[in-house]
Amino acid sequence: MTEKHITLPLTEELARSLHAGDRVYLTGTIYTSRDAGHKRMCEALSRGEKLPFCPEDATIYYVGPTPAKPGQVIGSAGPTTSGRMDAYAPTLMSVGARGMIGKGERLPEVVEAMKTYGGVYFGAIGGAGALLAKCIRKCELIAYEDLGAEALRKLYVEEMPLVVIIDSEGRNLYQEGRAAYLAGR
Amino acid sequence: MRKIEAMQITEVVERLCVEANEHLPEDVKDAIRACRACEDGAIARGVLDDIIENYEIADREQVPVCQDTGMACVFLEIGQDVHIVGGDLGAAVDEGVRRGYDRGYLRKSVVKDPVRRGNTGDNTPAMLYTEIVPGEQMKITVGPKGFGSENMSAIRMFKPSAGLQGIKDFILETVEAAGPNPCPPMVVGVGIGGTFDKAALLAKKALMRPLDSSHEDPFYADLEREMLAKINELGIGPQGFGGRTTALGINIETMPTHIAGMPCAINISCHVTRHKTEVI
Repeated sequence: MTEKHITLPLTEELARSLHAGDRVYLTGTIYTSRDAGHKRMCEALSRGEKLPFCPEDATIYYVGPTPAKPGQVIGSAGPTTSGRMDAYAPTLMSVGARGMIGKGERLPEVVEAMKTYGGVYFGAIGGAGALLAKCIRKCELIAYEDLGAEALRKLYVEEMPLVVIIDSEGRNLYQEGRAAYLAGR
Repeated sequence: MRKIEAMQITEVVERLCVEANEHLPEDVKDAIRACRACEDGAIARGVLDDIIENYEIADREQVPVCQDTGMACVFLEIGQDVHIVGGDLGAAVDEGVRRGYDRGYLRKSVVKDPVRRGNTGDNTPAMLYTEIVPGEQMKITVGPKGFGSENMSAIRMFKPSAGLQGIKDFILETVEAAGPNPCPPMVVGVGIGGTFDKAALLAKKALMRPLDSSHEDPFYADLEREMLAKINELGIGPQGFGGRTTALGINIETMPTHIAGMPCAINISCHVTRHKTEVI
């Protein structure tokens, strides 16, 4: 297991240097979005409108945090199941978005888009919302406020602990990790 | 006849919503720690260490263990000699959920229509189940249920000829299909028997039972042990990254059924299997 500390933006060169199974500590600006936000962003693109943030080399965190308590930057903020964003992810990659943070399987068409555009799918620990909130230093609501927990937020994260689940070559830790465990038993 | 004020039910539900979301049950913590001790791989151990650190932060800082603070599943066992006064029962429970999710800074994750969507803004309505039992007390259980795992659940109406093997295969098939999506290590609730709807309710109730308990019938207690071992041979592991711990536990609940059927429902839950009970 290789440990890497990386700083965003996620350029194509950086993205292609990451491999399934790498333990990554991520620092920089990322954007939050999940079901309803993705639907809106893709509808905006189909009307020829711009996204609420510059998608080039951007990383999107699939999360709907709990509300921040007084004194907190953000509430608990672990990943949601990425598969629900599969319908939208290739479109966002086609306009430059490169990193995705979530949990769970992706469809083959998402993996194909990752190979084409140089995308990376990172896993954060599902259910570890209290722990992951610790590395989020800034949180700013930038669009779709009416969606509540699903609104679009700009986060600044420091040393966010992630694992590369699927890399830009299409290698998949879910398959490889399980096979390695079963082979080594 | 004992009178219970609707307001008291509201207050208990409010408190249980907050406490269940901030503090994992001790039996779930014990199971996570026991599984951590059995893992060999660096990635699997690292994941379980982070999961332990996560619930410790939640306990200490009184924040939600997981950001999916769920739909509020509320189970009421109402003594038949109880008379609820001062308001409607359903409204009292919903008011408790509304207040708990507001006061506890919990996420509002409920939409008012399944197709047309639109957040209700206060996490109501509760998923309310009532049961009339002997006595003059009321047992209130709140089990917030996240949907990453709920979405991986399944139900099947077996022919009786499918037998025990059919059920065993279905459990493994469902866990296999769930894979990394429900945030493993999972907790698996199984309901066998009754009707289509009763089997699903039994599966949900199975998730409310402590992980260190067993079905009272040794036949099903053995089945729980056998299936936990088989699930943990699948190799899915913590978060699906490979390892021994795919499930923390499996609880089976059963009831009589029709001569023509053998319904089986499997309700998948995650390592944040939360529930809290209070008797008034």
